[in-house]
Amino acid sequence: MDAPDVNSHGAAARYTDTPGKYYMIYACLLLLAGLQFFIATLHLDTSAMFARMLLVAIVEAGLAVMFFMHLWAEKRGWFMFVVVFTVFVMLAMQYGWTDSNRMGIGAPYTQPKAGVVQQ
Amino acid sequence: MSAELTLEAHAAHHPPGMIEGLPPFVVPAKKMAMWLFIIADAATFAGCLVAYGFLRNGTPNWPRPFESMTNAALMTFILLTSSLTMLLGVRAAKASDRAGGFRWTLITVVLGIVFAVLHIREWLELIHRGMTLSANPWGSPHFGAAFFSITGLHLLHVTGGVIALLIVGLGYHAGHRNAEDMEVTGLYWHFVDLVWMFVVPFVYLLNMAH
Repeated sequence: MDAPDVNSHGAAARYTDTPGKYYMIYACLLLLAGLQFFIATLHLDTSAMFARMLLVAIVEAGLAVMFFMHLWAEKRGWFMFVVVFTVFVMLAMQYGWTDSNRMGIGAPYTQPKAGVVQQ
Repeated sequence: MSAELTLEAHAAHHPPGMIEGLPPFVVPAKKMAMWLFIIADAATFAGCLVAYGFLRNGTPNWPRPFESMTNAALMTFILLTSSLTMLLGVRAAKASDRAGGFRWTLITVVLGIVFAVLHIREWLELIHRGMTLSANPWGSPHFGAAFFSITGLHLLHVTGGVIALLIVGLGYHAGHRNAEDMEVTGLYWHFVDLVWMFVVPFVYLLNMAH
């Protein structure tokens, strides 16, 4: 048995997306980007604005990865590897957020808040 | 004894390191290498953005220097459009349309250059207003370091992408590169676009002057 021709099994060799699908995803991405700019005009506090923008950015990134980068068309094994590995690394980076609140009460490299006694 | 025979028979039929005769992910080597690079680079950008968020969250007098969204919106539109033209270039290359693949790649390169020019123009404007890596007239001095490092890292990726697209596009046009090379370079370009989707809201829009 000959070694398999990997290229002939690659998803890129067989994806059959039409330009119409690309235009549709492009339009969705433009709309979502516009939504982020719209959110910026709302008078929300920073954390509420951040949460909304993050949600929109994740949807945008998902569309780009799945359809522009064709991850959706890859084999399930590769798809799962990329998604699970990346999401795990991203989530693992979030462990220190609570400590950033400590900086607000006078940790090094910051200015103390008015009226807050520095520890 | 029979087990050894079975293993020998298996080895004779399947290349070493492969299961059932196929590589585990069935992804071409170049594409797999690019995906692994993208995962690592995503972690780099995520690390920068988390560090920026950490600093911003812990700094009461964080500056909000951006008075207009026009430049950021224009840059976003250009980068998103360049992703579309890249897609059309890869699609043409897959269809063995060398002229079409080259033409769309060149359009992508031009859009990348326009993006970089707009970005540098914005930098110069901020520098003119007194912003440096360690100081600015509006508040915490760390804003300059955070802004220039994150947008600078992205601009470096855009510049590298433009150069890579030129090399691969010209090579594809001349017949030295194939459609797979175009696709792999396209993956990188889409990733650069994807990162911008996070840089714009967090570095620009959250720092709009109200």
